[in-house]
Amino acid sequence: MNHSLKFAASVAALAASSALAAEISGKIQLNGEAPPAKEITPIKGDKFCGALHTKPVMTRTYVVGADKGLANVAVYIKAGLPAGKTYSAPAAKPLIDQVGCVYEPLVSVAMVGQTIDIKNSDPFMHNVNCQAKVNKGFNFAQTTQGQVNPRVFDKAELALKLICNVHPWMAGYVHVFDHPFFAVSDKDGKFTISGDLPDGKYTVEANHIKAGAVTGEVEVKGGKATLSLELAVK
Amino acid sequence: MERSTPSSGISPWLFRYSVLVAVATLGLVCIGGLVTSKGVGMAVPDWPTSFGYSMFALPISMWMTGGVFHEHTHRVWASGVGLLVVLLTRWTAGHASRRPLAWIGLTEVLGGLALMGVNPLWRGEAHFLLGIGGVVLAAAAIPVRNGPAPALPVRLAWAALVLVQVQGSLGGLRVVLDSWAIGGTTGGVVFGMIHGCLGQMFLALVACLALSLSPWLSLWGRIRCEVPGARWVFLGTALVFGQLLVGLWMRHQHAGLAIPDLPLAYGQWWPRTDPESLVRYSSRREGVDVITALQVHMHMVHRLQAILAFGTIVMAFRASRHHPGGHPLRRLGSAWIILVGAQFGLGIFTVLTDRAADVATAHVAVGSLTLVVGCWSCWAVLAHQIASRRVEPFVPVPSLPQTLPVQ
Repeated sequence: MNHSLKFAASVAALAASSALAAEISGKIQLNGEAPPAKEITPIKGDKFCGALHTKPVMTRTYVVGADKGLANVAVYIKAGLPAGKTYSAPAAKPLIDQVGCVYEPLVSVAMVGQTIDIKNSDPFMHNVNCQAKVNKGFNFAQTTQGQVNPRVFDKAELALKLICNVHPWMAGYVHVFDHPFFAVSDKDGKFTISGDLPDGKYTVEANHIKAGAVTGEVEVKGGKATLSLELAVK
Repeated sequence: MERSTPSSGISPWLFRYSVLVAVATLGLVCIGGLVTSKGVGMAVPDWPTSFGYSMFALPISMWMTGGVFHEHTHRVWASGVGLLVVLLTRWTAGHASRRPLAWIGLTEVLGGLALMGVNPLWRGEAHFLLGIGGVVLAAAAIPVRNGPAPALPVRLAWAALVLVQVQGSLGGLRVVLDSWAIGGTTGGVVFGMIHGCLGQMFLALVACLALSLSPWLSLWGRIRCEVPGARWVFLGTALVFGQLLVGLWMRHQHAGLAIPDLPLAYGQWWPRTDPESLVRYSSRREGVDVITALQVHMHMVHRLQAILAFGTIVMAFRASRHHPGGHPLRRLGSAWIILVGAQFGLGIFTVLTDRAADVATAHVAVGSLTLVVGCWSCWAVLAHQIASRRVEPFVPVPSLPQTLPVQ
């Protein structure tokens, strides 16, 4: 009897969570011809960084994939979430790695209160200088290979810039949101926002470090919605 | 240390040492300029320690890594200049400087100890005070037999001592307060700009101190002549200083490439700064930072002021040609026109090379020298004007006519 009750409760909980689990997927495309990537020549000129690469390292301002899909775009719900509802930060820790004297990934996303691990995978030092405008900035050194320093941002802020002054061409960006409904577009511009999102109408914004931002309206029905947005070359 | 020579009261070795300090200061300005040009000012996140090490014990392997090389070299070089200036003050002010130096050093050591007790967060500043206080105390302990130099160089030496310590503190604050929000910008930008400005003023001060210890100054004071075009000298120096300030702002606000073409700016005499135009300008940049209207306007002010300064110095140069060969104002005028011409060319070259760090730094260095020669020229003009107003008979200078003709 006890076991039956527990099983029934589990099924009910699963059903309830399935009812809320939603997914907004789509694609971000670039309108216009992106300027060609250029070689980051200081990497070649640095004896430590240059030794880590056999091919030229190119800028990643615009990374355009198949069918004009634009990578490294932060896509998030800008409006339409239930008023007053608060969300707890995911336990997963996004990793920002300094490897080969570049930030990987170039663009990261996280929620307020979520721990981000910042790592140095290179066999020499970097410093991580966070130039925040809303959050409190920081600057610390990572002198040893494999060193990981966790950091937490306590306010929502778009495009927080991380730079390394030891190797001043190095820059990475972090978008911090006060809810968990965000994603970063992949190499083909595709993205998927998933989570406990009730059916309804939402405003979604796509934010690119150079092309700027564009918004679109989307209606989630039965836990599904698709949206494509277009950013113009700037 | 060298005993004062009886004739001038100033040892020639003291003058040579002051020149060494001025040259070392120019080197410091160059390295500081390189730090800003390369954007490596925060490569060492702590101060006065470097990655937790004492500044003088940083492992070479860390020192030689990327931008750490420039930033840490700037710090070590600055410490060396600080030490040179303390010794210069001790020597210039003579044996009488022992007591004031001891008091200054003691006050700084006690201030450092107090700061450490007040707030552990100010430990870095406390260590800095303890360090410089210790150096000043040690300088006070050095036996010096010479009497003080004349009043003017002594005053300049004390001013240099104060300024070098303030400058060192500002350099440290630029690091430790980098992320503080101050008036819509950050502590790093604010203190970086003040640090850069004071650096130029400090170089001019040390150069003037060297001049005051030189044998030339007393010679200048005995040359009676009219000084045509004096206003061009003063105006030119003011414009050069103003130009350095605008340039400083541009370097710290990354406005050096707000306009990538010349002589026109985005194909216009004064570029439009409406939002659409700014977006268009930003799109030409490789990076993601946007160009602001203020950056564009300040860049244009820098160009306009460069033309004004150049024109003014040309006028000063023309006026200096009225003096006979060998006249100090004629020599300074020639040096000034060469420097401002080189500076003008370097400014153009900075834009054409996409603000290459080495070129931009050379632009800063030559700008500093242009200011120094401007200050010397102002001093020479004043010295000649004062000498000409004297009613007592002057001592003729064998190498120059008693009254220099004005053409």
